[in-house]
Amino acid sequence: MTEFALRDAALEIVDACYSYGKRAALTGVTFSVAPASFCVLLGLNGAGKSTLFALITRLFTTRSGRIRIFGHDVAREPGQALRRLGVVFQSRALDLDISVRENLLYHAALHGIAPRKADVAINKSLDRVALADRLRDRVGELSGGQMRRVEIARALLHEPKLLLLDEPTVGLDIRARAAILGTVRALTAQGVAALWATHLVDEVAESDQVVVLHRGAVLGLGQAARIVAETGASDIRGAFAKLVGDEESLEGAA
Amino acid sequence: MKTAASAERGFTLAQYLTCLIGIVRREALRFLHQRERFISALVRPLVWLFIFAAGFRQTLGVSIIPPYETYVLYEVYIAPGLIAMIQLFNGMQSSLTMVYDRETGGIRTLLVSPFPRAWLLASKLLAGTLVSILQVYAFLLIAWFWDIEAPPVGYFLIIPALLVSGMMLGSLGMLISSVIRQLENFAGVMNFVIFPMFFASSALYPLWRIKESSLPLYDICQVNPFTHATELIRFALYGQIDWAALAIVVAFGFLFMTGAILAYDPARGLLPRRGQAAG
Repeated sequence: MTEFALRDAALEIVDACYSYGKRAALTGVTFSVAPASFCVLLGLNGAGKSTLFALITRLFTTRSGRIRIFGHDVAREPGQALRRLGVVFQSRALDLDISVRENLLYHAALHGIAPRKADVAINKSLDRVALADRLRDRVGELSGGQMRRVEIARALLHEPKLLLLDEPTVGLDIRARAAILGTVRALTAQGVAALWATHLVDEVAESDQVVVLHRGAVLGLGQAARIVAETGASDIRGAFAKLVGDEESLEGAA
Repeated sequence: MKTAASAERGFTLAQYLTCLIGIVRREALRFLHQRERFISALVRPLVWLFIFAAGFRQTLGVSIIPPYETYVLYEVYIAPGLIAMIQLFNGMQSSLTMVYDRETGGIRTLLVSPFPRAWLLASKLLAGTLVSILQVYAFLLIAWFWDIEAPPVGYFLIIPALLVSGMMLGSLGMLISSVIRQLENFAGVMNFVIFPMFFASSALYPLWRIKESSLPLYDICQVNPFTHATELIRFALYGQIDWAALAIVVAFGFLFMTGAILAYDPARGLLPRRGQAAG
């Protein structure tokens, strides 16, 4: 994860800290994501993943530290930074009563894309998640997995080069999870970097870059295989358990 | 789509308008799909008009006061107040929507847009206000069949008044939405904001009558922005401009909107203090 120059990073986080009142949520978080790479932000519930996402998307502001998206500081140049970012939040944020197209048109407008150009972008974006045939359907008629894919299409609509996904497979069955994961992994071949936040260890592949976040601090960083080797564990699940020091809490992460 | 070079520049005016139209369109679609919201928005003032006003018609006479040039029926007097009530409830409904959106994640979609946050929030306010104007015209149509008629010009002149008052009341709702932690707390808004604002105003009775019965209450009514929104609408409906009311509504609107924008500012606002991010 550090083999490339930081100025070229899709996402660069340096010493990010955040607290809710006196409770520290993030302490000195530092890592970067290379362009066109797949990076897993692995942590149990309450590890600080969503807080970190809120900082990256400027819903919250870092009290200290720095976050840059393709070199643009999120606090100082939020417009430039957010233009290059697509986000899939943990809780679904689609309007169920209107069509897929109408939902995506709204998102296009939020990025200043006029309706005519938006329609082209929508078709292209839905193609990327294999949902082009559901354009006119009401979102409420889609399955959970399809809704997630619409959210990914929405996040890709303005052609960002960095995608943030916060627990995107929560509540989905195994097949839908695999489909979503496969879709996002394939995007890296198209030049999109993805930061995939999850508490599910089985979503990590050996070749993935991994950031292990626990109680607001980064405990492990690097390629999954390297983390496994460094911790002396037999697999990533064992490595994660050793790092967070809590076997029991991993039951929900399997 | 945009080129890399254009992405380095700021947004164009056309893109700002695209954003605004997109937000208005979404608010309108949402409203059209929530028929019960439209019906309840209409039923509320109509209940006041058909039942309350009819019942109090004989006991609450209204003398000649501007902008009226003759004695008017009580129904005629309270109609502008009920129009303001539609906007008050709509503003609070929008704030309720924002609290709901925040709980479900919808508001994040808006806030992570690269446009300036002030523009996004102002667009959302304008969208809510335009929806409230649709409701007002539906109410005026029904009221017209109830023999509550304004001069024809009033039906046009009321539009700018509704825009100003709607933005002011919507800003108040948005400001309130930033301090409400959960949807369940919204009942408190009814008790502590909507009812006091509505009853301590000139919506149901003229200020001179309130002054006669209670001077402190009269003072409260005078500082209540809803009173001035009501008067602004009342005068506009009869083809006149109440400049004092206009100035006060604009001032309160500016104050509330500034407060709302600051509240939703990640660096200074109230949202980040809640610790809503869980993962």
